[in-house]
Formats: sequence, C-alpha cells, structure tokens
Amino acid sequence: MIYEGKKRIWSEYQKEIPEDNYFYVRSCIRQNFFPASEKTFLDIVRNRLGKDFFETQHHTTCGGIAYHSDAIPQETVMTIIARQFALMTEAGYKNYACSCITSFGLYTETMETWKLFPELEAKIREILWKTCHKEFRIPENLAHASDIIYKFRNMIAEKAAYRLVNVKTGKPLRVVEHIGCHYAKMFPSRGVGGAEYPYVLAGMIESWGGEVIDYPERRHCCGFGFRQYLVKANRGYSLSNTHKKFESMAPFKPDMIITNCPGCPYFMDRWQYVISELEGKTYGENGYGIPVFTYEEVAGLVLGYDPWDLGLQMHQVAVEPLLDKMGIKYDPAKKYLGENGKYIGKPQMPRFIKCC
Amino acid sequence: MDNNYNTIIIGAGPAGMEAAYRLSVFGIRTCLLEKEAETGGHLLKWDRIFPEGRKASEILGFMRKRIESGNITTITSARIDSIRKKAGNGYEAELATNEGKKTITADTILIACGFKLFNAAKKEEYGYGIYNRVITNADLENLFKTNSTGSIIGENRTPAVGFVHCVGSRDEKAGNRHCSKVCCATAVKQAMEIKEAYPQATVYCFYMDLRMFGRHYEDMYLEAQQKYGIRFIRGRVSEVSEDCNERIVAKAEDTLSGKPVKITLDMLVLMSGIACNPDSGKITGSLSIENDSDGFIKYADSIFGQVKGPGIFTAGTCTGPKTLPETINEAGEAAAVIYGYLKGNSNNF
Repeated sequence: MIYEGKKRIWSEYQKEIPEDNYFYVRSCIRQNFFPASEKTFLDIVRNRLGKDFFETQHHTTCGGIAYHSDAIPQETVMTIIARQFALMTEAGYKNYACSCITSFGLYTETMETWKLFPELEAKIREILWKTCHKEFRIPENLAHASDIIYKFRNMIAEKAAYRLVNVKTGKPLRVVEHIGCHYAKMFPSRGVGGAEYPYVLAGMIESWGGEVIDYPERRHCCGFGFRQYLVKANRGYSLSNTHKKFESMAPFKPDMIITNCPGCPYFMDRWQYVISELEGKTYGENGYGIPVFTYEEVAGLVLGYDPWDLGLQMHQVAVEPLLDKMGIKYDPAKKYLGENGKYIGKPQMPRFIKCC
Repeated sequence: MDNNYNTIIIGAGPAGMEAAYRLSVFGIRTCLLEKEAETGGHLLKWDRIFPEGRKASEILGFMRKRIESGNITTITSARIDSIRKKAGNGYEAELATNEGKKTITADTILIACGFKLFNAAKKEEYGYGIYNRVITNADLENLFKTNSTGSIIGENRTPAVGFVHCVGSRDEKAGNRHCSKVCCATAVKQAMEIKEAYPQATVYCFYMDLRMFGRHYEDMYLEAQQKYGIRFIRGRVSEVSEDCNERIVAKAEDTLSGKPVKITLDMLVLMSGIACNPDSGKITGSLSIENDSDGFIKYADSIFGQVKGPGIFTAGTCTGPKTLPETINEAGEAAAVIYGYLKGNSNNF
C-alpha cells in the first residue's frame, strides 16, 4: 500500500468543520444500542473542549429508516428535516451537527436536492408552514459528529490518558475502521477523505497511536442495510454480509473495530455472537470476538473515562481484552452495576464466543 | 531567413513527424516543435504496437530517420510562449528553448499536439497510486520494454493478471464520454504478451463491449481466446483492494452470467484511455479555433476534417482518438492539404 497515495486523496477531500456553536441532534436508535456514546460526545465537546453544543427535546427522528425502507416518500422526509432546521433556526444556530450517519446522508441529500430543484424547497417550506407554522434557514454548515471528533482529534490526543497502543508490546493496536455507508458514498466531497478512502476515523486512529488496517471488504456494508435486516425474511443477507467482512478482516488480526454509524457497531458486535453460535467460529484472540466501538467510546477510553460509564458492558463482544491491551484500569465487579450501584443484570454466557 | 518557415508543426509525435517528412518530400520547409526533450510522443513509452506486435522503437527509429532532412528544423524542449496570426498572412510564434528565446514565423500551422493518457488515479476505486500492484497500460509497456514485469508480479510463475478496459473513457463521471478506440486492442495485445511471458498465467479482461474494429483485430481477439485462453468477463470492476499478502482483490459483475465475481490478482492493469491534451486549448485559444465539448480540437467539417482558420491544419489525436496507422494517414493527408494551400488552393473550411 502506498501511504502517500492515500494522503494525496485525503488532501483532496477536506471539508470545512466549524470550530464551535453547533445545534446537535441525536440518533433515534443509538441510545438503545450504545447508550453512553452521545452522552460521552457531549461531555467531551462541552466539558473537555469547552464548546457550545445546543440540543432540544423537540427534535424527532429524521425519518431516515422509514425513507430508506420505502415506507415514506421523499417529500415527507424532507418536511421532517425542514422542521429540524426550523428548530435550529429558532435556537439561533447556523451549524448543524448530527449523531447519525443516515441522518447525515439524508440531510446532505436533501440540501443538494433543494439546490438543484428550488421549486421543491419552496413546496416543502409551504408544507411546513401549513402543518407546523414554522420557517427555517438551511444550515450554513452540516457536520457529522465524527467530523467534529476528527477535527479535535489532536486536542484529544494531547489530553490522552491512554493511547491505542499495546502496553505490553509497545506496538500500535491494529484497528479496523468502518465508515457508515451514508457518510460519503453518496456525496464523497461531504466526507473527510472522500468515499473510497475515508479519513475521518483513520485520522483519529493515527492521532491516538493506532495502526489502520485496510482489508478487502473494508467498504462492504456492515450487515444492517435497512431492508435486509428490517424485513425479517431477509436477515440471512444481513448476517452473510457481516460474515463476509469478518472473514476478510480476520487474516489481518485486528485488535478492535471503530465505527461512526448507529447500525454498524450494533451489527458487527451482535452478529459475531450469532456466527459463533452457528459455526462455532470466533474472530478475536483466544476464543474472544473482535471488540467493536463507536468513535465516542474510543475517544472516551483515550481520555480516561471509566469503561462502564461508557456503557461498554452493553456490548455483546467482551471489551476487556482490548482494555487490558491499552492498560486501562477497570473494576470487573462493577461491570453490571448501573447508577447508584444498582445491579442491571448479567447476560447469559454464550456457548462459544468467550465473554468476561 | 533562418527563422522563417512554410509550416510550423506543433508536436513531434507520430503525426508531427510524419507530416514533417511528407512536407519535406514536397519541398516545404518546416519547423517541428516538441516540448519534450525527445521526438516520438507516446511511441517513446510503448514497447509493441498492435495488431502484429511490431516494436515501437523500430517504428520510431524509422520515423526519426525520415525527418533527417534539410527541409526540417526540429526543436525539442521547446515551449510556445505565444502564437498568433501576423498582420497580413502567416503566423508568428515566440519560443522558449534550451538555446534561449526565439521567434519563428511561417505561412501555415499544423497542430499535432496529440493526446494525454487519462490519469487513472482519478478513478479512485481502482486504487492506482494506492496499491503497488495496480498499474496502467503505459506502465505495463514500460515493464515490457525493460523486461521487468517481475517487479510487480514477483517470482510467481503462475500469476493471475487482470485488465480493466475503458478507464476514463466512455465514462461520464470521468468527464470523457468518448470511446478511446485503441484500448480494447491494446488490452488484448498486452494480455497475450503476459501469456507469452507467463504461459501458466491466468489472465482476465474486464470489458464493457469489445470494439475490435480494425483489420485483423478480430483475429487477434479470437487468438487471445483460443490460443492463449484469456478469460473475457463482460462487466466493470467496481472496487479494488489489497489482501494481507498485498495481492489485489478485484470485484466486478459478470453481466453475461448475472453474477458478482471477486478475483485475487498479482497485477491489475488499467487501460487508461486517450483524453484530450490540455495544451491544445492554449494553442487553439491563441489561434481563435475551437475545442469541442470533449476537449479535442473541433473539426470544421465532420466528413472532410480540418479546422476553421486560414492556414491552420490538424493531424493525429489532437482531434480525437486514433490508431497509429490512422494518425499517420491523417498526417500524410494534412501534408497534402498544406502543400495545396501553399500553392494557392484555399482552405475550404
């Protein structure tokens, strides 16, 4: 691999990411899948980096899952988005940051469509006014939350308590980065690094001491793919896609996976358990799986957050082997204790994949 | 006067050299300008030429010998700083050369500035400039010339090699809608050369449709299948990556069988297409002639060719993709038209 060649492409796909003052919107599914990621993000940007991030309880789903499942038409989803923009306008912000990759793709698609078809924008404005009595300004800047962590990656590195380095060997951890399909595949110029060799997560990994793995199925879908999972009869496709990715990355012996999409970490984490039950096969070392993280969780680990405060006990694949490699101190006894020491329940042990 | 010619020829590739030779036979004094240090154009980079596989160096040697004439002044490493119509008739060009600034004049101009190979790195999904084993057709010709295909393939005597047709041609997203014309035949030629060098190799050609239009080209295609066992897969490569052994993994769709294919390769060759030479825009801009929407110089007449503008002529691939024989034929024709013009027959278009 010619690293300089990738650097050349990265230099061609750099987007403007504002320094401060964001209207932030959460994902509708991430809080269930990886509950502390968004909380950690806001804590990092507000309290560690001192930035202004505003959020409102009036924000709703963007409609992306319904849209990509062909359940609602484009005009409906655009009206939902117009309402979110109206909330931003009312709050006095111009920079829009979203936690979800599908939302990011949909916002980008909508803004591009309105540029090309201003009559459609006018129609949506009219519908929004009739239905909600709201008006909106289009954001001056749209960022995915991973763009923002990417922008501040070196500041995070300066404050790091731990690095993506194996403390026993001193070698960089080998990290698979998985980018959500809706981040840049539709609009390459809107993603850091473009669509073919995205740099948004690779940049974080490099800054925090890790080594990025480029493997043949790097660009392949995580397995979510909306209708291949949402339609129950199609779930074999979902599983086989995830299986294909793991078979492809396994020879590179990754220590961990980092993702920037709501669905990807969930499917790459949970399907490892299913593959192990179906085939008795595991992809990590010594019978464990390969731990899968959101970028906020990894930023949190690097900054020294307690792993259980980051919600890592909610992962199917045990994270302890990775914590041990990074030299992170944690209390195994507190893994299943929630707020105020309340016992949150311990999952049943799987048959094959090792868990702690 | 030393710096006064009948014709200034811009570009000393095959078209420019052939036209210079033909004009010299007619007794026309030409100044043959080449921006590179050597004459030859793209022939310099090529090892063999389809369909018979003649050595490019032999063809070039023959052409160079023919321009050793008292009627031809060849200036290499020449940069045209300006070119314009003189008051009255004729043209004037200011040059920067190794010997310093120079002004030359002529009655006519022949534009033969050729083409530029499409920059394959623009097709990011193919990984040119990213993965070591992804090369272009021009790179492969250089490897053949220097007998160094092993620098990519290694010691493996049973390699798998892929060719991707239409890289940057017939490609709206790449900004080149036109067919590059020569790439299909070049790919088939190069695939057979790989089989000659590595008889046990498995060779794949990924094509959209094969455009083997020239005489004997179809024979070459049949020979590639029957004698060399080259596998032609109708489908575009969608994605290229590298496995843990640094071999190339190419994904494509076989549109005849309707199935996706994933093939691991020791070398992937991208058939970079003929694209317009961006330098031609500077020349045409100065001479008030037009470039077409594809960037190539626009013919004044789609049947009879040539450009608008008294005393201005074209030859070769500056007006669109052409094979070497077509280029040479057009150069000969341009020389005849220039001769007629200088003898008083006006430029009809």
